[in-house]
Amino acid sequence: MINKKARIAGVPYVIWMVVFIVAPLCMVAWYAFTDKSGQFTIDNISSIGQYAPVFARSIWLALIATVICLLLAFPLSYLISRMSGARQSLMIMLIMLPMWMNFLLRTYAWMTLLENNGLINRFLGLFGLGPFQMINTQGAVVLGMVYNYLPFMILPLYSIMTKIDDSIINAAKDLGANMWQVTWRVIIPLAMPGITTGITMVFVPSISTFIISRMLGGGGNILIGDLIEMQFLGNTYNPHLGSAMALVLMVIVLLCMSIANQFDDEEMEGMLL
Amino acid sequence: MIEKRMNKTARAYTTLVFIFLYLPIAVLILFSFNQSKSRNVFTGFTLDWYKQLFHNEMIIKALGVTLLVAAVSSIIATILGTAAAVGIRSMHKFSRTIIMNCTYTPVVNPEIVTGVSMLLLFVAMRTAFAAFGLEFEMGLGTLIIAHITFNVPYVILSVSPKLRQMDKNLYEAALDLGCSPVQAFFKVVIPEIMPGITTGFLMALTYSIDDFVISYFTSGTAQTLPIAVYSMTRRKVSPEINALSAILFVVVLSILLIMNYRDIRGEKQLAKERRI
Amino acid sequence: MMKKIICVLLCALVFCALALPAFAEVGVVDEAYYQRFQGEKITLNVYNWGEYISDGSDDSMNVIKEFEELTGISVHYTTFASNEEMYAKIKSGGGQYDVIIPSDYMIARMASEGMLEKLDFSNIPNYALIDDVYKGMEYDENEEYSVPYMWGIVGLIYNTTMIDDEIDSWNALWDERYMGNILMFSNSRDAFGISLARLGYSLNDTDPAHLEEAANELKNQKMLVQAYVMDEIFNKMEGGEAAIAPYYAGDAITMIDENPDLAFAIPKEGTNYFVDAMVIPTGCENKEAAEMFINFMCEPEVSAANAEYIGYSTPSSAAKELLDLDEETMAIAYPDASVLEKTEVFKALPEEANEAIDKYWTDILSYNENPNEWIGPVFLVVAFVASIVITIVRAYKKKHDIY
Repeated sequence: MINKKARIAGVPYVIWMVVFIVAPLCMVAWYAFTDKSGQFTIDNISSIGQYAPVFARSIWLALIATVICLLLAFPLSYLISRMSGARQSLMIMLIMLPMWMNFLLRTYAWMTLLENNGLINRFLGLFGLGPFQMINTQGAVVLGMVYNYLPFMILPLYSIMTKIDDSIINAAKDLGANMWQVTWRVIIPLAMPGITTGITMVFVPSISTFIISRMLGGGGNILIGDLIEMQFLGNTYNPHLGSAMALVLMVIVLLCMSIANQFDDEEMEGMLL
Repeated sequence: MIEKRMNKTARAYTTLVFIFLYLPIAVLILFSFNQSKSRNVFTGFTLDWYKQLFHNEMIIKALGVTLLVAAVSSIIATILGTAAAVGIRSMHKFSRTIIMNCTYTPVVNPEIVTGVSMLLLFVAMRTAFAAFGLEFEMGLGTLIIAHITFNVPYVILSVSPKLRQMDKNLYEAALDLGCSPVQAFFKVVIPEIMPGITTGFLMALTYSIDDFVISYFTSGTAQTLPIAVYSMTRRKVSPEINALSAILFVVVLSILLIMNYRDIRGEKQLAKERRI
Repeated sequence: MMKKIICVLLCALVFCALALPAFAEVGVVDEAYYQRFQGEKITLNVYNWGEYISDGSDDSMNVIKEFEELTGISVHYTTFASNEEMYAKIKSGGGQYDVIIPSDYMIARMASEGMLEKLDFSNIPNYALIDDVYKGMEYDENEEYSVPYMWGIVGLIYNTTMIDDEIDSWNALWDERYMGNILMFSNSRDAFGISLARLGYSLNDTDPAHLEEAANELKNQKMLVQAYVMDEIFNKMEGGEAAIAPYYAGDAITMIDENPDLAFAIPKEGTNYFVDAMVIPTGCENKEAAEMFINFMCEPEVSAANAEYIGYSTPSSAAKELLDLDEETMAIAYPDASVLEKTEVFKALPEEANEAIDKYWTDILSYNENPNEWIGPVFLVVAFVASIVITIVRAYKKKHDIY
C-alpha cells in the first residue's frame, strides 16, 4: 500500500504532532535553560543538585514499589494464564475493574484505611494491637504506588504468559526439572518481554506521581512530581526551575526505557491493547 | 496430593490479591451509606448522600465537562489517528521511524512532564495571540487539545497493526474493479481496520475520562470530574464523594459486564458444543 | 446548638424576605440594581479559597445560587488552597478569572505587579456597609483594588484529650512530646510567619539572617510534623488524627462545632491578623458584572450567611448584627483589642525576600533526616552504563544474527 497520495492523510497529524508534542518539549528545554528575563543560564540545572534527596527518595520508593509489584504480579499472572478461558477473562476483568475507577478516589479510600483512627487500626485495636502509625509515612506512599499500578504489571505479564504453551512446561517437568527450575529456566526467560514492559509501566508513573505522596505521605515526603508541581501551580512559583526538574525527570525515564526497551514495536502495540 | 495443596495455596493467594485490590473500594461504597459524616465510624444506613450528590451542581457540571471533553477529543483523535496510521504506513522508513518515535513520546513520558510542557506551550500561545490582538484563554479548548494530543498515539498504535495485517491485494483489487482511491479507502480499507479503530476510540475515551494529571495543568478555569474530586479530597470531605465512587463503580462494572457477556457466552456455547 | 438557632433565624429572615419582594429569596439592599444583566447569559469565573462560602449544605444559604437567581448571571466557582497556589495559577496564565479573593499581602503583591484592575466603587454601593477600620489598610492604602470579604487571625487549634497543658505559645508546635501529632501549614508565608513570630521577630522581617534562622527552625520542626496541610486539616483535627495545628480562627470555630474536644488558643508571641478581600484580576471581561458579584457578597444577609457558615469574621457591622453568636465563638471570631494589639498584618515582601522564602520552603519540604543521597547519582550512572551496554549487545547480536 505504498502510495504517495496516502501520505497526505498523515499530514494533519504530523502538523499536530510538531505543534503539540515536539514544540512543548522544546519549550520545557528552553525554560530550563533561561532565567526570568530570558537570558541563557545553567543555574536551574545546576541547582537541582540541592534537591538530590528528593530525587533519591523518588527513585528509591519507585524501585521498591516496582519490585513489590513484580513479586506480587508474577505468580498471579501465571495462575490466571493457566485457568480456563472463561475464568481467565473474568479474572482479567476483575483486575481491570478498579483501574477504571478514578485513582484519586481509590487513593482517598486508603487514607480512610490507614489513618491513626482508621479502619485498620480500629480492627487491630479489637485484638489489643496498635495503633500503628501508617499514614504519612514512606511505607504508605509505596503502598499507594503498588495499589495503583499493580494492574499495569499484571496485564503485560498475563498477556505474555498466555502465549507460553503448557506442553513446554510439561516437557521441562518430564525432563526432571523441579518447580524452581521450571520458573527460572523456562517461564522467566519466556516472560521477559512482559516483565520489562511491566517494570517500565510501574516505574515511570511511580517515579513521577505527585498525588499519592501528597495524599498518603503527608506533604513531608515529597517526590519529584510534587517538586515540579510546586514550581508550576503550587506554593513556590518558578517555572524555570520546574522545567529543569522536568527535563531531568525525562532523562531518568528515557534511560530506564532504553534499558527495558528489549521488545520491538509490535510487542509495544501488543502491550497497549 | 502436591497438586491439590498447590491448588489451595494458589486459590488463597489469588483471593488475597483480590482483597487487596477491592478492600478500599468496598470501604468507599460502605461509607456512602453512612448516616454521619465520619470517615471511620458507621452510625446508620442512609441514602441521603446520593440525593445530595445529584443536587451538587459542581459535580454535575464537572461530569458534563468530562463527558464533553472525552467525547469530542476521542472522536477527533480517532479521525486524526486513523488518517495518520494510513499516512505513516506509506511513508519512507526514515520518516516513519522519526514520526513513530515522536508518537511514543506522550505514551512513555511521565504525565506530569506532558502536562507542564503543554501548560508552557499554551501560555506562550496566549502571549503570541495577544500580540495579534486575539484572545486565547485556557479552558475547555486547551483541555480538548491536550486530550487529543495524548489520545492520538493510542489510536495510531491500535490501528497500525490492523493495517499491517490487512491484505494489500484487497485495496488494489478494489481499484482494479473501478473504485476511485477514495472510494476504495472508505469501502475496503476502513471496514477492514474497523476493529482497530474501535479499540483506539474506546481507549481514547477511557483515558480521557480518567485523566487527571494532564488536565490539572491544562484545564485553566474548566473543571473535569477528576479535578473536582481532587479539590474535594483536599477539603473536608463529605460522603458525597463516596456516593460518587459507588455510582462510578456500578457504571463501570455494568459496562465491563456487558462487554464481556458476549465473550463469555460465546465461550460457554463453544464448551457445550465440544462436550456434545 | 448555635448553628441550629442561626438556621432558624435565617429561615425566618428568608421567609420575611419571601413575603415582601416577589422573586428574591435573599433580602438585598437595592433589588433593581441586580437586574441589569438579566438575560445576557454572562458567566463569571470566581476563584475562592476552599470552604470559604456558604454553599447550601446543612441548610445554609447557597450564596452562589441566590446570586444566579437574582441576577441571571451564571457563576463558575472554583477553589484554591493557598494564596501562593492562586498566584501561581494566575501568574502562569493557567486561568482567567473575574473575581478572586486573596489575602492582604497577596493583594499588595499582585497590585504592584499590575495583575489587578482598579474597581469602580460607584458600582459597588454596598462598599459603604463595610466598617471603616477595614478600609484603606496598608495593602490597599488608596482604596483602589479591593473590597474586604472576611477577616480573622491565626491561632493554634488543639485537641484537649491529647494535650493536657495550657497552650499559649507557638513553642507548642516545636514540643517533642507531640512528635508525630503536629500538623503544619503547607504554604510558605504562614509557616514562616509562625517561625518568625516564635523567634520574636516581625512577621514581615526580611533580614536574610532572620529568615535563615526561621528556616532552620522549620527544618528542625520537620521531624515532629505529621503532615503539611491546608484544608485537609478539617478531617484530621475533627477525626482526632493530630493533636495540634496552627490554622485560621474561623475554621477553628467550624472544627470545634464538629468536635467539642478541640480548643483554640492565641499564642502570646503575637500572630497574624489577616483580611481577605475581593479583587478583580486584569483581563476580566465583565468587570461590571464582577463588581455586581462583589456588591452582592457585601449584602448584610449574604455576608452574615457566609460568616455563619464558614466561621470567619465579617467586616460589616450590619452583617454582624444579624449573627447570634455565643460568647466562646465571639472570643475566637471577634477577639478584643488586647489580643488584636499583638497581631500583625502580612505585608507584600520585596522580590528577593519572596524568592528566599520560596527556596527555603522547597528545601524544608525536601529535607530528609537521614538522606541517602548516593541513590540518585548511583542509579543514574548504573542506568546509563546499562543502557549503553544493552545497546551495544543488541547491535552486536543484530550484526551477527544468522536469521
